[in-house]
Amino acid sequence: MPPTTDTRNPRTYRPRSILIWTVVALLGAAGWGMVALARGEEISAVWLIFAAVASYAIAYRFYSRFISERVLEPDDTRATPAERLDDGVDYQPTDRRVLFGHHFAAIAGAGPLVGPVLAAQMGYLPGTIWIVVGVIFAGAVQDMVILFLSMRRDGKSLGQMAREEIGRVGGVAALLAVFVIMIILLAVLALIVVNALANSPWGTFSVTLTIPIALFMGVYLRFLRPGRVLETSVIGVALLLAAIIGGGQIEDTALGDAFTWSPTTLVFCLVGYGFVASVLPVWLLLAPRDYLSTFMKVGTIVLLALGVLLAAPNLKTDAISSFASSGSGPVFAGSMFPFLFITIACGALSGFHALVASGTTPKLIQRESQVRMIGYGAMLMESFVAIMALIAACVIDPGLYYAMNAPAGVLGATAESASHAVAGLGFTITPDDLRSAASVVEEKTLIARSGGAPTLAVGMSEIFAEVFGGSGMKAFWYHFAIMFEALFILTTVDAGTRVGRFMLQDMLGNVWKPIGRVDWKPGIWLTSAVVVGLWGYFLYAGTTDPLGGINQLFPLFGIANQLLAAVALTVATTVLIKSGRLRWAWVTGIPLAWDVAVTYSAGWQKIFSDDPRVGFFAQRDRYADAIDAGKVLGPAKNMDDMHTVVLNCTVDGVLIALFLVLIAVVMGNAAVVCARAIRAGVPLPTTETPYVASTLVLEPTASPREKELATAGAGGPGDEAGAS
Amino acid sequence: MTGPAPGIGARFARNRLFRWIRWYLREISGAADYDRHCLRHRREHPDRPIPSRRAYEAWRTRRREENPQARCC
Repeated sequence: MPPTTDTRNPRTYRPRSILIWTVVALLGAAGWGMVALARGEEISAVWLIFAAVASYAIAYRFYSRFISERVLEPDDTRATPAERLDDGVDYQPTDRRVLFGHHFAAIAGAGPLVGPVLAAQMGYLPGTIWIVVGVIFAGAVQDMVILFLSMRRDGKSLGQMAREEIGRVGGVAALLAVFVIMIILLAVLALIVVNALANSPWGTFSVTLTIPIALFMGVYLRFLRPGRVLETSVIGVALLLAAIIGGGQIEDTALGDAFTWSPTTLVFCLVGYGFVASVLPVWLLLAPRDYLSTFMKVGTIVLLALGVLLAAPNLKTDAISSFASSGSGPVFAGSMFPFLFITIACGALSGFHALVASGTTPKLIQRESQVRMIGYGAMLMESFVAIMALIAACVIDPGLYYAMNAPAGVLGATAESASHAVAGLGFTITPDDLRSAASVVEEKTLIARSGGAPTLAVGMSEIFAEVFGGSGMKAFWYHFAIMFEALFILTTVDAGTRVGRFMLQDMLGNVWKPIGRVDWKPGIWLTSAVVVGLWGYFLYAGTTDPLGGINQLFPLFGIANQLLAAVALTVATTVLIKSGRLRWAWVTGIPLAWDVAVTYSAGWQKIFSDDPRVGFFAQRDRYADAIDAGKVLGPAKNMDDMHTVVLNCTVDGVLIALFLVLIAVVMGNAAVVCARAIRAGVPLPTTETPYVASTLVLEPTASPREKELATAGAGGPGDEAGAS
Repeated sequence: MTGPAPGIGARFARNRLFRWIRWYLREISGAADYDRHCLRHRREHPDRPIPSRRAYEAWRTRRREENPQARCC
């Protein structure tokens, strides 16, 4: 292997850079000191930002560089797949800042916004530490290493790499696991939308309008002004804002009543929408919706960062709540270890990113060393989004937080019953405060709006209203936030259903050829219906679950996502060992060990715990025994509810067991391969594409005065922008 | 971000910033892809007529149809 092209001498330290990094370290230390040690008084959210950003900067500068130079050893004289296979579409060398944007847009979605909100029940400190430490040593490492490995293999997917590096059995198990995990992911995301829009005419109206807006944009882009994406997106965003404002006018009108939908109605609408969206042509609905949601996503995240910095709100929650140790929290059950670490997946360590980092992004990289900025950097950015979501959840009053996030069965339907239930948890909110909190954002009620999105929207509306527009704007900002989350969850549902359909067609195609053909309409309809039906089932079960769908399904989602990370880290560690880098295997091996400890102890407890709040089967037995005795246990209201609980608990418990077995197969197979590699003592044959010298010339500081098209791919000037 | 070169006025720096933003937005939204495709087409097939923007975009979305990209959670 040729040496790296690093010309810097690591032993020369310039005084200026020492000074800068000392200051960054001090700022970070001050932030962490305030966050961790302040007790008995509210601290400003700005300290959290200091602590996080300084940690990211130091991690990016030192740890990611260490991984890059010592472990991965990128070689900038080697042609990347983008250069070798350049076809102008799938493979093409793309400017690193542009690719950073694409990659970030693909990895960041609702996940980093929702998990931290739910995890706020344990206080802000555990969540903050896990988000920051997790991303530095696990999440960003996974993204970067997988991106690098896939880039060295012409952009192979995680499933393909698992098959080639680990073996057939492991590969098939990995493929199956990815599919099942995808289904759970889609169901939980859709459940968040249902909980945010149920009985909310304003939200439902404006989110429904995104469909005609996207259709209009699709037609505009296809027939009127082909390819004018920016212009179309500006029109789309303007229409979207108009839809939000318009939604505020329909309350108490006939139209408002027409858009007041029950959760079950919303489930059927979403399932129908998911099916139609996945069989319609991409240009008509998916592509324009993707543009809209990307622009909204980036715009809102920037707004939120500005809002937090300018408003500098105080954190109202405790640093560590009593639920962290007791494990009796109403939002999700179980103690801090392991359940905090599966509740916050995206933002700290998300296995799903491995699917994005192997596939599209590696086919677009210009230079090997850029995996550091794109893989590690983009994940740091996502982690920062998670920190802001955590802040938004912690600035609202804890009483309101629990009134919004505890299961409906616990809270009851009225402000009085909810206030009473919150008092039972050890917090206070008066019925009047609860009613006025709802009326300020012009919602009928905020009770039991679990799922994270409404809580985040309330937090964001408080932060935004302080900076932009005063308290009169709260209702607008609340619905703006709801719209923004629903928009990109629906985009994920569209795209995810389509990807799931392709996976299914691929798998079934091995059994029966015609179903694998991507242009055979009945095959497309059938497989789409199966995928939609599967996530629709879990969505329906979650919506009607008497114990609260988020409470029941979110742990499943977290475990699934983290198990996918286990597959990715297993592939990464196996490749490191097989290629003779055993002494660096800890870089992905330690996060893997941690991830396995977390997911398997969480999964174990979910299956075998005697505590019915935690263990699915303990809960099943409790309700089954009551059915035999002819009794109805709260929060179930009747025998039908009782049977629903029994069924859901059984399905969820079996599913978790299936996950754990599948991933154990992958890891067992990998362990055999690793042992063989270590015994062999020499690097095993590589599956990397052979070395080809790069001839690509990057113009270092092309002046943007020149025609953009001529310098395309090597455009404007800029420095090595840090990620955070 | 790009800073002004020493000794050059703020206006120049501002123009540079605007150009940079415009360049970035065109690149990230894919609006610049057609121009790039035309350049490539001219280089590789100088004898064939350049495809219209409409044809190019239709071809590109068809490709997208066959290669869906997962969006993360």
